[in-house]
Amino acid sequence: MGRSMTEPALCLNHLSVAYRSGGRDRAVLRDISLKIAPGEAYGLVGESGCGKSTVALTVVRYLPRNGKVTGGSVALDGADVMRLGPEALRDLRAKKVSMVYQDPGRALNPSLKVGRQLVEVFEAVGVPPAEREPRALETLKKVRITDPGSVMQRYPHQLSGGMQQRVLIAMALASDPAMLILDEPTTGLDATVQADVLDLITDLRRELGASILFISHNLAVVAQMCDRVGVLYAGMLVEEGRTREILASPRHPYTVALLRCLPRGAQQKDVGRLDTIPGFLPTPGALMSGCPFAERCALADDRCRTEVPELRESGDRLVRCHYPERAADVPRSTPADVAVPKPAGVGAPVLRASNLSKTYGQGGGAIRVVADVSLSLLPGETLGLVGESGSGKTTLARMLLGLVPPDPGGLIELDGKALAASLDRRRDEEVKAMQIIFQNPDSALNRSHTVGHIIGRALRRLGGLRGADLDSRLDTLVAAVRLAPRYLALRPRQLSGGLKQRVAIARSFAGDPRVVVCDEPTSALDVSVQAAILNLLAELQAARAVSYIFISHDLGVVRYLSDRIAVLYLGRIIEIGPSERLFEGPNHPYTEALLSAVPNIEGAQNARIRLSGEIPSAANPPRGCVFQNRCPRKLGAICETSDPPLAEAEPGHLISCHIYEQQFLGAAEIQGQRRRTHDRKAEGV
Amino acid sequence: MLHYIARRFALSLVTLFVLSLLIFFLGQVLPGNVGRFLLGPDADQQAVEMLNHQLGLDRPLLVQYGTWIWRFVQGDMGESYVYRTPVVAFVSQALLHSLKLAAVAFLIVVPLGIMGGIIAALKVNRPLDRIISLGGLTATVLPEFVTAILLILIFGIWLRWLPISAAWPDGAGALGQLHYLILPAMPLVLVLFGYIARMARAGMIEALDSDYTRTAVLKGLPWRLVIWRHVLRNGLLPTIAVVATQTGYLVGGLLIVETLFRYQGIGSLIFNAARGRDFPMLEASVMVIGVTYAVATLLADLLYSFLNPRIRMVSSR
Repeated sequence: MGRSMTEPALCLNHLSVAYRSGGRDRAVLRDISLKIAPGEAYGLVGESGCGKSTVALTVVRYLPRNGKVTGGSVALDGADVMRLGPEALRDLRAKKVSMVYQDPGRALNPSLKVGRQLVEVFEAVGVPPAEREPRALETLKKVRITDPGSVMQRYPHQLSGGMQQRVLIAMALASDPAMLILDEPTTGLDATVQADVLDLITDLRRELGASILFISHNLAVVAQMCDRVGVLYAGMLVEEGRTREILASPRHPYTVALLRCLPRGAQQKDVGRLDTIPGFLPTPGALMSGCPFAERCALADDRCRTEVPELRESGDRLVRCHYPERAADVPRSTPADVAVPKPAGVGAPVLRASNLSKTYGQGGGAIRVVADVSLSLLPGETLGLVGESGSGKTTLARMLLGLVPPDPGGLIELDGKALAASLDRRRDEEVKAMQIIFQNPDSALNRSHTVGHIIGRALRRLGGLRGADLDSRLDTLVAAVRLAPRYLALRPRQLSGGLKQRVAIARSFAGDPRVVVCDEPTSALDVSVQAAILNLLAELQAARAVSYIFISHDLGVVRYLSDRIAVLYLGRIIEIGPSERLFEGPNHPYTEALLSAVPNIEGAQNARIRLSGEIPSAANPPRGCVFQNRCPRKLGAICETSDPPLAEAEPGHLISCHIYEQQFLGAAEIQGQRRRTHDRKAEGV
Repeated sequence: MLHYIARRFALSLVTLFVLSLLIFFLGQVLPGNVGRFLLGPDADQQAVEMLNHQLGLDRPLLVQYGTWIWRFVQGDMGESYVYRTPVVAFVSQALLHSLKLAAVAFLIVVPLGIMGGIIAALKVNRPLDRIISLGGLTATVLPEFVTAILLILIFGIWLRWLPISAAWPDGAGALGQLHYLILPAMPLVLVLFGYIARMARAGMIEALDSDYTRTAVLKGLPWRLVIWRHVLRNGLLPTIAVVATQTGYLVGGLLIVETLFRYQGIGSLIFNAARGRDFPMLEASVMVIGVTYAVATLLADLLYSFLNPRIRMVSSR
């Protein structure tokens, strides 16, 4: 769409914002100018702490108590937002600008029914009382909510995350605003739900013609949604231009580095390491004598350190760099060619689980969270577990670790020896052999101890080390996870998220584990930090032949690290096979839908396979195949009556679907094959 | 919901059962022989044993406990050792007095504390907030006997606005009784005000900073409506839950105030019963406070779950 000749829907003019803390104002936005044309979608990207959300909150004048605009102006649809009186500001919020937030569950009032909260929007706009409810219903229909009448009568916590976000989008669109601000609207939602929400926003955009300010840390999502994109770093706009051009050929070293951190396409751990960005984001309010990125930029010279670059036109875009023409050649900070050798992938499995199920009783009914799962793990191998919330990934991992005892009949073996179901009955070596890395290192590390104490304690408990042995092992371990020794004296709260995760990794490696369960270890981290952690995990694996069970909702990340991938749906493995096979297909129809839901950074729209409805409750799974009620490729009656076995579609690639069962096996063979498959399942191939 | 009520009710019963065990057996641990204590040091040993037998004190403890609790459940609280008349009359009279005083204090402090908290939260970190927070804290840490004496001095003796004794003349109507109860209620109000205001302030600030309040403001709703519909309800929930548990303190912990204002409440009844080894009186008084407390907590839980749909729904599943 580019820049339009008409008045922009949103215009930031040399905007600067500061937060007051520790007795002084700390700049969080510095001299930001940007324009969004009517009907245009503008993406704002950058890592956490760079000021993305502050931009959004400034536009609607809802800065936190300690925040203030220190310079410049914001014009929304021609109105100077900072100069409006209370009544005019209220009117602007009611009619001209709407916002959708990251965490839909918290953005809705927990103690008011959804309908009431939606009706309020029309009240604020000044719609007569009698028309409010019909209009609210109509809006819910517009965001494709099934059965809007009953949704109106429900409380927010009775809706799924995707539904809650639809309700918020409905609220945002109800007043037909000129400007729609979406602040990480799909972060935290499952892949297929995210894809649905993004589709919905795309469709509605065509209908409504609202301008969009789309804030996201996810470059692929922005690539799919936005016409233009601005890259924010340390509160400054460092690059701006058409989305496709910027993502295809970035000119600012930060944009270049950011894109290199992402595991892309077929890139896997044995091919090469991900690039990382050294150093840290400048703290808010830091004095800037030069380019904000100079500290972390391999191209930086004296000019970069002493002279703040202007945001200058460079060909088809704006770049805040002294040497935009050299950006493409920024040397990598992590050499790509240090390939991590792929583990041999032979020998006896280190871990084998057979027929694991977990049933929780609830109010008379039984909920089968995990149903009859068998799997095995070779030494040095990574098995990726993917699946949406409620698919049983975490419960499965906890059963393997002994944190949750499986139902009777399930068997877990380590090196061929059966493990006790619960952790306190496992022997010390067995406990040492299986460790976990959590998503949130904050809650996993004891806040009152120093890093040295935390890792040292793990070495004593798991490694059984004392005295000088302990000290030398501590040094080796700390070096192995790339933690500088000076961090040993600090406490977790003094560390960044990435450093904390390194401490957590060091702790889990203290007892030389055979198997480490990684439960979304990088989900809470920025992409540059994520890249460093993924590299670290790959290196540790190559050096120590440790096996991983890697749980993540990010398929790109799973693909990068995993040798094999298992797809879970409603507690069952519906497909398992080598990573590359799984991404190439043929696949289970659910896997197909899951893969099609992943936005890619090239911005190319892949043919989306839409699933109808939501994941059924584990308390009441569909009869026959558990996926049959949402399956776009359902065969017919057979899917409703019989649960398809995991059958081998090609060597080592098993799919639980009647389509493949019929396609790959002669009808006469099915019976025999079924028996064999069952045997193989028991062996845990 | 019914299931939830039933469960809460059962829990209250368990609590009361444990309380009854505690008070009964703790009473046994107190040194001294009841018969000897009642009859005095000069009494004949035979008379003492006779009295103990009459009172049933020579039976096994479990039998004594069983008899006592069985009668208590049926409404028979036994006879006072000292007055030789049924305990019920004393206890119900004292409880009525205490409840009146507690009610007056409650009716003053709850709206006042909540209002204070709301105002402090809306003016957070401004002078008014500091005054309320600091004033509340000061009032809370001052013991009742200090504030009570000060209040008596100021309002009862210097200004002569209010009577310094809580004992109203016979035949005083509701308003007349209220006149006598305001001054005794004030120390309790002062103790609880800071506590309630701080709870309300914290809850309100959390609600004000919440994402749903942001949603409501950015909808373009007038500030007044945002506060009324979105902030108050969520912000005051925790306060409501905690306030009700304070009734226990209000009913049972008034000994000092009752003494200072010469008021015949349940606090002084317990005190005198304990001094006089009048176990039936002591046990009955404590149990009555326990029941009051249990009922108040139960009501608070019900109110909380009624106001909070998340709990209501989970519990009704």
